[in-house]
Amino acid sequence: MTEPASEPAAEATAGRKHSGPVRVYLVDDHGLFRAGVRAELETLAAEVVVVGEAASVGEAAAGIRHVVPDVVLLDVHLPGGGGVEVVRQIRPELPRVRFLALSVSDAVEDVIAVIRSGARGYVTKTISAHDLVKSIKTVFGGEPVFSPRLAGFVLDVFTERPGSTVVRDPNVDLLTPREREVLRLLARGYAYKEIATKLHISVKTVETHVSSVLRKTQLSNRYELSRWATDRRLV
Amino acid sequence: MVDTGEKIDWALLARLTPPSRMSRRRTGRVVAGVAGGIADHLGVGVLWVRATFVVLAGFAGAGVAAYALLWVFVRQEPAYARPHEVSPRERQQSYALIALGIGLAVTASAVSGTVSSWLAVPLGVALVGAALVWREADEGRRRRWVDGARTGMSGVLLGDGGRGALWRVLTGAALVVTGIGLIVWRSVDFSQIPFALIAVLATLVGVTVLTVPWWLRLVRDLGDERRARIRTEERAEIAAHLHDSVLQTLALIQRQAEAPREVLRLARGQERELRKWLYGPGGYGRAEDGVNGPVTLAEALALACAEVEDTFAVAVRPVVVGDSPLDAALHALAQAAREAMVNAAKHSGEAEVSVYAEVEAEQITIFVRDRGKGFDPGIVSEDRHGIVDSIRGRMSRHGGDVGLRTAVGEGTEVRLTMPRAAGAQPAPTPSAQTQPTRAQPPQETREAT
Repeated sequence: MTEPASEPAAEATAGRKHSGPVRVYLVDDHGLFRAGVRAELETLAAEVVVVGEAASVGEAAAGIRHVVPDVVLLDVHLPGGGGVEVVRQIRPELPRVRFLALSVSDAVEDVIAVIRSGARGYVTKTISAHDLVKSIKTVFGGEPVFSPRLAGFVLDVFTERPGSTVVRDPNVDLLTPREREVLRLLARGYAYKEIATKLHISVKTVETHVSSVLRKTQLSNRYELSRWATDRRLV
Repeated sequence: MVDTGEKIDWALLARLTPPSRMSRRRTGRVVAGVAGGIADHLGVGVLWVRATFVVLAGFAGAGVAAYALLWVFVRQEPAYARPHEVSPRERQQSYALIALGIGLAVTASAVSGTVSSWLAVPLGVALVGAALVWREADEGRRRRWVDGARTGMSGVLLGDGGRGALWRVLTGAALVVTGIGLIVWRSVDFSQIPFALIAVLATLVGVTVLTVPWWLRLVRDLGDERRARIRTEERAEIAAHLHDSVLQTLALIQRQAEAPREVLRLARGQERELRKWLYGPGGYGRAEDGVNGPVTLAEALALACAEVEDTFAVAVRPVVVGDSPLDAALHALAQAAREAMVNAAKHSGEAEVSVYAEVEAEQITIFVRDRGKGFDPGIVSEDRHGIVDSIRGRMSRHGGDVGLRTAVGEGTEVRLTMPRAAGAQPAPTPSAQTQPTRAQPPQETREAT
């Protein structure tokens, strides 16, 4: 049930690093897009396997509860409340299910909202199949996935603006200079390994910084999300 | 960790889910469906709501007033709503409660003296009459929904209810007239005011009370019509845009299916155009009208990236943090960045160029990077050297600086730094990539004062 029967060595269900392919659940309201991603991922079936798909929040919540995938590929815009709602419903029940947001949205508010609700990464839909699989595996391993665009968005959220009067908690509302540096390099298109070389630190340290940035993004109260709700007329 | 996040997200959720609006019951109602509507809205038994109204009616008729106001201001539920069942026993029970409520209101106000006893009875009569007429208007409205539109006063008041409806409306009107007449007769000293004036006033009051449903319908239909018109216009605009852009591009793509490079270029161009329409300044998702030409650095960069993408068929994905209004120096900066992109697109051999721009308080930095073959800065080919120089020239004329990091096989990164003009402030709108800086004019006035 939890492991594909065809894998004889896949009895190690205990750890996150079992040897079978990562079980992926697709949530997107465009059938065409789901079919495309499924076809792409099937060419790399040794690494990931699509165990289900859904087109709406309700469908997704029920499906995810049923199959309990490793990683959920989640569209930001969904009928019935958006990707944010799926994460909110599933996370308290199934904390081991990881979410990776996948969107064409250019609006910083949308992306930051789904990250704050608990998604561990964001990639654009133009991502190549190879990079997508890499991102899925990274999220599965518990690491955040910061695409350059997400890094830019997060930097934007944490950037001091004139006239901002929001009360700040220095523990979560400010990035350390090192975290900012790592984030900038991510936004410039550097990979973790390149960042590590450039800053003379280990890849592990880079990962720690990125995780800490993700945590702060999810906790920070600096960004008034309500603007999203009031500003946008199109969902 | 989850706690804080959830707190904020709940607030967000509350904003996102439209508040469920209370509506009066259309079916299974006794008077106007107000009690039933409240019961449905709050999820309590309808009997409790009715009992509450009755008890409230005892307090100087507050229950009656509340009921009347809710009747006027709460919309009826839509015609397609699930019908409510009401048993004959419940109906009888309700009639008893209504009688009890009216009795309580009349007695209580008579006893307490808020309304003198002689006034209470005719007032009650007028209210019952008004209720009859209004109820019939509600019915008429429902029938109109079913049978199609019909306008005019008689249509509103009578609907197609036939003889029964006519009698009910006439009875109601008679009751209202009687009530008002009694009040006038008992309270006014005829010797002091000309009788004609009193008659006119009484008639006005009576007509106002009787035509309330008609006025309400007028106002509501006006609102409905306006909403429908706006919706139609929006839909037409979207349809027109999709036809001009997406459908045309799809047609082009089908015809060019044999040339993958061309298809890619078309798809990219269309994606960018649609994105600009949805999220960009003056775009559909924004409240402003379109502007000609870039006015901020982010727009200028987006434009430069688009041009390079189209010309050289490479992917250029800009990431912009912060934004600033465009001046001569920043224009030069954007052009220099464009040169760097062209350079990368031409020589790197890679299909992807990363562009990152950050607007800080003192300076603006742009990185243009490729993972291509790179070169040895010591031995540069002539044309390449020239381009780097043209970038350098542009930047130094405006007090900027250029850094170059490259090695054979390790890609190239050009760093452009431009100090910000004194007194310039970052645009106050938090923006990434194509978001507009629409708060600009207020900022200028703030600086002027």
